[in-house]
Amino acid sequence: MAPLLEVRDLYVGYGWDERNVVTIVRGVNLTVAPGEVVGLAGESGCGKSTLAFAAAGLLEPPGRVISGQVLFEGTDLLKLPAEQLRALHLARISMVFQASMNVLNPVARIREQFKDAMKAHGIGSGEEASVRAKEMFARVKLPERFLDAYPHQLSGGMRQRAVIALALSLGPKLVFLDEPTTALDVVVQRSIIQVLNDLRHDLGFGVVFITHDLSLLVEIADRIAIMYAGAIVEEAPAQLLYQSPEHPYTVALMSAFPPVGGKRKRLEGLAGQPPDLRRLPPGCAFAPRCARFIKGLCDTVAPPEVRTAEGRRVSCHLYAETVPSRPLPEAVPGALVSQNNGALAARAGQPTEVSSDEGAAN
Amino acid sequence: MRGRQIDAPKRVESGRLALVSTLGEEGLQAGPQGSQVPVLEVRGLTKTYAVGRFGKARLVRALSNVDLSVMRGEVLGLVGESGSGKTTFARSVALLERPTSGQIRLLGREVPNRLNQARLREHRRHVQMVFQDPYTSLDPLHTVRYSLTRPLQTFKVVPKNTQAEAVDHLLTQVGLVPPQDFLRRYPYQLSGGQRQRVGVARALAARPALLLADEPTSMLDVSIRLSIMNLLLDLQKAESLSLVFVTHDLAGASYMSDRIAIMYAGHLVEVGPSERVMGEPRHPYTQLLRRAAPDPASHFGAGERFEARGDPPDLANLPSGCPFAARCPHVRKECTEALPEWRQVGPGHEARCVLY
Repeated sequence: MAPLLEVRDLYVGYGWDERNVVTIVRGVNLTVAPGEVVGLAGESGCGKSTLAFAAAGLLEPPGRVISGQVLFEGTDLLKLPAEQLRALHLARISMVFQASMNVLNPVARIREQFKDAMKAHGIGSGEEASVRAKEMFARVKLPERFLDAYPHQLSGGMRQRAVIALALSLGPKLVFLDEPTTALDVVVQRSIIQVLNDLRHDLGFGVVFITHDLSLLVEIADRIAIMYAGAIVEEAPAQLLYQSPEHPYTVALMSAFPPVGGKRKRLEGLAGQPPDLRRLPPGCAFAPRCARFIKGLCDTVAPPEVRTAEGRRVSCHLYAETVPSRPLPEAVPGALVSQNNGALAARAGQPTEVSSDEGAAN
Repeated sequence: MRGRQIDAPKRVESGRLALVSTLGEEGLQAGPQGSQVPVLEVRGLTKTYAVGRFGKARLVRALSNVDLSVMRGEVLGLVGESGSGKTTFARSVALLERPTSGQIRLLGREVPNRLNQARLREHRRHVQMVFQDPYTSLDPLHTVRYSLTRPLQTFKVVPKNTQAEAVDHLLTQVGLVPPQDFLRRYPYQLSGGQRQRVGVARALAARPALLLADEPTSMLDVSIRLSIMNLLLDLQKAESLSLVFVTHDLAGASYMSDRIAIMYAGHLVEVGPSERVMGEPRHPYTQLLRRAAPDPASHFGAGERFEARGDPPDLANLPSGCPFAARCPHVRKECTEALPEWRQVGPGHEARCVLY
């Protein structure tokens, strides 16, 4: 099947003038098939939201696409005139953000906001917009009477449902969900995830799901891409990634999420801090924090992308054919917290020092 | 390390709580599970707020009759969703809020309802808080040195001529080394994780017996969360502190805690050893929370549907019986009539539910 979305070698940066652009997204390739949920995970500042904004054609200055293509159903969104792009938004491509309260207009009833959106897309009659709004409210399991409520009269979870209803009202084929449940309580989060999942089955849209919560992502995504310093370092089917992460960064990121229940066991998580994107180290960007760093290689040569038959790609020297001497990390069934979680701490001759951990001042 | 003797009465009577001997060496050498000497005993703690305009005000019951104790050297995870009263509990214990009714016993001594300045200071010397938001809980106009020296002065922890040393020691304890790199910094010159470390150091400065950490990691990035949790665990062990870890994150609570207490709509509904509460949750609300939490280990391929009906009750209009009754799949008639009694459901494990 032809991909719904295909991001090709995309570079995105921020800067008001061309000579001072900080590159945030570096050479990303990503595809989303129709109806597929692709998860994007990484620490704050890894570029996952910037990537999503650029891929959705929503990037605004000082953000700028440096090079690359974003093909949506074969059309390069980056070359599309603003008008055509606007017509695509909501109708074909939609986005749901974390802070739904900032998305809804606080002084308009929700029904009015539906009507506005429909009108902008040529559904002129208020009647038709109302019918659609009702239908969408039923789908996200919100009582119809809240259509006539103002956003502040709804709880956080209800607002997020309303935003999802609005985002899906024109039947988009691709939906970007940027931390859609992060500010919500677990029970509310779970029911919204359930609603999204049901809607995806019923309506068949593809999803790019962005979150820092890897344990949530593992449950809901078909494929997961792990981003570090603006690049995808590993991508694999969700279950494979969860059971046998390969990139040392994926392994470390997973170990930052303790399991719920079970025997208590000390985890070390992610030591160190992400690199300054203005001054990336030569070679692999993760090398300075890496548990399995190879001196003379990782700090000089950029790692190649290795693809496997199981549908995994990983950018790491450990898996390149040129370095056969090291054993692969053990597969870790059963828990997000892997056997490898001691790996970072066990880094020989590199005591984990906390002071440098969390980054210097801005 | 702790050159402070705690004076306590010989015996403490308390309803559900075990009889208690004096706090002494045994208490200070608590095992990993904590000792059986309570540092904090709370009975019937209730807090109501008047909300709305005068004359039309509604009484919101943020905390309803909470009984809970924290043992010396223990980590207690206090888990609940927003509005469950977990923060109100912590703030009431720290006397940042004045409880509407109920008793608080600290280190075996009754804390009177009205305290003068000196007694309040004494209370806060023993009970310190780490706040959720490291961006607003440090004074932006003062340096790290100032923020850490203040509690040392206020609580007269060390003589004046060793204050500088004590500040260095605190910074070292929380991993901000070398200390001289941090002393002159203002909060804006620190990252979120570093600020939270200063927040922890400030709380430690008073050498408290009880540390109340209110969602200390929820504002931080994933990579930093675990390091702050590990820091709290390390300090708690090294100082045989009692720690109340307030959180909405079940995974974090189960990572941190010896015991877990679950709150719902201002009520405590289940308390027990961490592994039991997470492994065999008994109260239907705890079961709901457990199912809702992201947990690939148990969700993979299960394909189970998550059904949660309703919302937490209005705290200004609480039902007469169990607060969870309206949403409970096992609800019976008696649930709506009166609040269920506490039932023993396992060793050290209690739930407030008629099913048991």
